[in-house]
Amino acid sequence: MIIQGRTLHPGTATGEPIRLTAPLSFWGGTDEHGRIVDAHHPQCGAVLTGRILLMESGRGSSSTSSVLAEQIRAHTAPAAIILTRPDPIIPLGALVAAELYNLNLPVVVASYEAIPDHALLDVNATPAHATITWTTA
Amino acid sequence: MLGGRDGDGVALAMRVIIGQARISDAPRLVEITSAHVDSCLYHGQVSLDFAHRLVELGARVRVPTTLNVGSTDLIHPILVRDQELAAAGRELMSAYVELGCTPTFTCAPYQLPNRPGLGEHVAWAESNAIVFANSVLGARTDRYGDFLDVCAAITGRAPYAGLQTTEARRGTVVFDCRPLGDFLHSELAYPLLGHHIGSVVGAGIPVLVGIPAQVSEDDLKAFGAAAASAGGVALFHAVGVTPEAPREFADLPVHEVDLDTLHRVRRELSTTGKLDAVSVGTPHASYAECVRLAELLKDGPPLKVPFYLSTNRHTRERLKGSELDLLENAGVTVVVDTCTYVTAILSPDWKNVMTNSGKWAHYAPGNINVNAVLGSLAECVASARAGQVVLE
Repeated sequence: MIIQGRTLHPGTATGEPIRLTAPLSFWGGTDEHGRIVDAHHPQCGAVLTGRILLMESGRGSSSTSSVLAEQIRAHTAPAAIILTRPDPIIPLGALVAAELYNLNLPVVVASYEAIPDHALLDVNATPAHATITWTTA
Repeated sequence: MLGGRDGDGVALAMRVIIGQARISDAPRLVEITSAHVDSCLYHGQVSLDFAHRLVELGARVRVPTTLNVGSTDLIHPILVRDQELAAAGRELMSAYVELGCTPTFTCAPYQLPNRPGLGEHVAWAESNAIVFANSVLGARTDRYGDFLDVCAAITGRAPYAGLQTTEARRGTVVFDCRPLGDFLHSELAYPLLGHHIGSVVGAGIPVLVGIPAQVSEDDLKAFGAAAASAGGVALFHAVGVTPEAPREFADLPVHEVDLDTLHRVRRELSTTGKLDAVSVGTPHASYAECVRLAELLKDGPPLKVPFYLSTNRHTRERLKGSELDLLENAGVTVVVDTCTYVTAILSPDWKNVMTNSGKWAHYAPGNINVNAVLGSLAECVASARAGQVVLE
């Protein structure tokens, strides 16, 4: 299966999806280990590290760019982030991490309803275009 | 600039600006007249790596640039308990000064001289500074993530998108505050109203009806800061008060705000019982607010619990020789350059802390693990004297 998307930050990643049911602010909402710590978030306690994060949009603080870039540096960030609405704050964190550390976390806008919860996803985001592919058992 | 004509530091900053312009579908960039940088608050090694990279590449800001709070109080460094955090915070703050930023270290740059005027394009970061610049001053800034603010200062450009554009600045929903009556003349109305409207409107643009024409800038500050924290408000209009408020808004949906609603908000934001400390001045207390606090503390019984006042170093200088002595002699700890909810100042043993700020009441429980109580400045003083929460 394949879906197409728009690249907000290029890169490639492979991983299992984690689908958030509410927007998340990385600042105040996740810790340096990539765990959701926002007590009001329905998926509080979940670890995002290495997962393909599916969420509608980011929320709140402008410090999210710093927190995400720090997680990319420390290798505790998600493997890729797929949003349904463009958000400037999340790809900004990815861009700075790429400039400083040459680590690329792909950030993509795509409608991801078709993605199953249990699958291994491949995200391939070039500057022009993004594809998300998976095989189902 | 992108090609390195002005050096590698400018090229790096321009790559960030162009990248953001693409994501925001900005048709072009816009020249800015000033910047306010929030990236000087320490969020980990990446904060230092980015600032040091810019310094090493020889970047300098090309427009007047103020700095937001950092992670330590450079004038009273002993106040910060975590010395490792304080050292990293200090290193970051000095890197931004090396880039040519002015060491203001305040979340309320609008209390300083030379603030931007109506229609001026600026790049201001920090949610309360953004909402004040857009709403009260009528300057134009979008919401910017960390790193973008300093890149805008270095290039003198920002993406022409979001609230930089005229079309995006129209009100989206009306809040009729007239049922609140005389309560609109009390300072407590504004953090409560901000929290309520922010929760309802999210990132929309509220139009307030019924705000008294003589409302103070401190009240508008408290309103905007709470609305930006509880929702994502970056611009509001108050009819008859703010410069871009619409005359016609009959086509917008209307919500009424009554006293019962604000009483409920106060209960939501407040715990009860024993009081461990008081913290006022978020966003930084203005000169007028500091003078008022000094007057409240001039006579009367001593404070029974620790009392913190956050303000900026510019205001502290103005208070020297009179009110500052009065405040400190009354037992107030004056904090500058930072704020009590973004760094390790309050004792971890304190559970219940009172504030006059809707923003502090929203963020402090998550940031520094306390229960908040929201009250007016006078209630904060009365409670600190009683050692327990006293509400009027």
